[in-house]
Amino acid sequence: MRERFLTGYNDFVLPFVVGMLFVLTYCLVGLIRIIAQLPASDRKRFFLSLVTPKTMVKNVKDIFLKCLIHVDLWKRNKLLGYMHSSIAFGWFMLIVVGHIEVFLYTSHLGAKALYYPIFFRYFVAETESTMKGALIFFLMDFFLLVVLSGIVLAIIKRVRSRFFGMRRTTNPSFLDLIGLYSLWSIFPLRLLAESFTADISGGSFLTKSLNYVFTEFLSNHANMLPAWWAYSCALGIFFCVLPFTRYMHIPAEILLIPLRNAGIRIVNARKGFARAQVYSCPSCGLCIDACPMGVMKGNIRDTTVYLNRQIRRKNEPRIEEISDKCLLCGKCTAVCPVGVEGDKLRIAQRSTRRYNFGPDYSNIDTKLQSERCNKFVKKINNNVSRTDNERVLYFAGCMTALTPVIRKTTESVLTKAGVDYEMMDRDGGICCGRPMFMAGRFAQADELVAKNTEIIMNSGADVLLLSCPICYKIFRERYTLPGIEIIHHTEYFERLISDGRLKMRKSSTKYVFHDPCELGRGCGVYEQPRNVIAAAGEVVEAARNRKESICCGGSLGSLTLGFDKRRAMTENALSNLVAASPDRIVTACPLCLDTFARYSDRPVEDIAQVVDRASGYGKIS
Amino acid sequence: MDFGFKISPSSAINLDNVDLTKFEELHRMEPDVYKCMACGSCSATCPASPFSGMSMRKVITALQRGKEKEAVAMLRNCMLCGKCSMVCPRGINTRHLILSIFRIYREDGK
Repeated sequence: MRERFLTGYNDFVLPFVVGMLFVLTYCLVGLIRIIAQLPASDRKRFFLSLVTPKTMVKNVKDIFLKCLIHVDLWKRNKLLGYMHSSIAFGWFMLIVVGHIEVFLYTSHLGAKALYYPIFFRYFVAETESTMKGALIFFLMDFFLLVVLSGIVLAIIKRVRSRFFGMRRTTNPSFLDLIGLYSLWSIFPLRLLAESFTADISGGSFLTKSLNYVFTEFLSNHANMLPAWWAYSCALGIFFCVLPFTRYMHIPAEILLIPLRNAGIRIVNARKGFARAQVYSCPSCGLCIDACPMGVMKGNIRDTTVYLNRQIRRKNEPRIEEISDKCLLCGKCTAVCPVGVEGDKLRIAQRSTRRYNFGPDYSNIDTKLQSERCNKFVKKINNNVSRTDNERVLYFAGCMTALTPVIRKTTESVLTKAGVDYEMMDRDGGICCGRPMFMAGRFAQADELVAKNTEIIMNSGADVLLLSCPICYKIFRERYTLPGIEIIHHTEYFERLISDGRLKMRKSSTKYVFHDPCELGRGCGVYEQPRNVIAAAGEVVEAARNRKESICCGGSLGSLTLGFDKRRAMTENALSNLVAASPDRIVTACPLCLDTFARYSDRPVEDIAQVVDRASGYGKIS
Repeated sequence: MDFGFKISPSSAINLDNVDLTKFEELHRMEPDVYKCMACGSCSATCPASPFSGMSMRKVITALQRGKEKEAVAMLRNCMLCGKCSMVCPRGINTRHLILSIFRIYREDGK
């Protein structure tokens, strides 16, 4: 290749160079700010993770698979995956191959290195020796075609998102639209500009053929500069608006992935990791279809994608409204392709509320509570009495008090299996603290945690059995109970059955299992309840289940949504459950049971009821 | 025009000397507070009541009668479990009502 111009410069490179320098400066400042906002211990942990070989490999792998290939989108919908990876990976390869080209064919770049890889075709001419570069020419045209195919799909998606498996998409903001249109125009303009120079600086199947076909127009070199100007302007506009649009997710996600791999969590509602998450939101709108509140149109604007947008705009009244309304079912987090934690982000927003006074539980006497559930402790010397099997302490929780059948049947099952157990809250107990935690009042939640911890540690039990997933989640995450196994009743029943302590008789009843949010997405328990039900009858699956199960609508997560406004959600969740026409709906959460039972057309039961009925026939061996 | 009668302003004398400014503010934030019919379902289900005598029904009445101190003392035991809003036959979101009280009233009940 030889240079066409002695100076190696033309004014048309300016829009691109300005845009590029602006976006680089903006990202660098943003990066430093986010890292500076992290708590000191998190910052240290982040830097350490950057030099740990294991996380280094994971970072590179995750960035490649998530940012460029978009594997999560491929799993969701092939067309959606192809659209995103063709644009991201195709553009990335254009940049990489462009740099290789410049590296191979030019020397003494200097300041030209800024724009040469982008406008290479304009500044150099083809020579005899260039045939060796035919592969590179081909690659450039090939990846340009890949990107163009992605852009065509993106345009189709704007009009018909259903083809891509999305019922609703995000309503773009004004700047998003500018970014979108400039992004769409970059690649057709690049094709046009390179077609002009294809007879001078070479090209491959795309640019060269175009040059031959439209010889009249494209060989007229007077038309050449406007095309290169337009290409550079499109790039310049895109880069200049990028920090204020959803395309900020491109650089932000590259930071978010190493932060997440370093094990950093949201501490401040707006700064540090939370900020990285907010900026990583690509406004794809997958959370809109996922949100259980979406069945009522008025709630669509309260999904995670709009929360992120309002946080970026610092629109405080809307942030408060959106974060207080959410049911915290966590489905948006489960489907998010970049890993924005919609539920945790909202709890963090709630924790910034100012209250004039707060609860205070110093008047609760844990001694009295402990005395009610200390049958495992010997009166004489306070030693724990020895038992053949494990000593189980059963904490039913507040919600179970509203659905006493769960407590009754669980106790019945425990008796049948010969389990040595003790009720922790037969006459009412202290709340686990999860509802308080969900309201963002961490200090008060920790007070409740401390009270319960004291009672449990004094009980002499070695297994803590819970029948409420809401309790289960906080017990697993925030309680430290050395030597005590925390277990949900679905898991415990499975163990009793597989150990042969509980004899089950199978019937032909068809059961569908509803995954409670806090048990499934919250604690990752999916298989055990299904195994238990399979021992009692036939298990059929709901249309959407496991990670994508739909919240019953009864969640305590929402602060502002009254129970009278949740009927449509419950009915939607029910219609999803009865897709395979089961005889009975089974759940493992007192709240789901109570909510579903209000509107269901068929019996709704807790898993304990199923086990109790099925195990009624055989006696303990 | 003369109809032969006039509408005169009410001559009832309000002897209530309770300062309800805060309650009016609460009512603006939570219009549902007037819906309460004092059935006591909330108090019956409250897990905090065995420890402290906390009762949402009493709290609402106390606030309406200007006994903020008593109401605040009771509310300090609330664990925010939300069972009261689940059982309320009038559909009052008591959980949010409690949070609003935390915001409007002060610790000393003033």
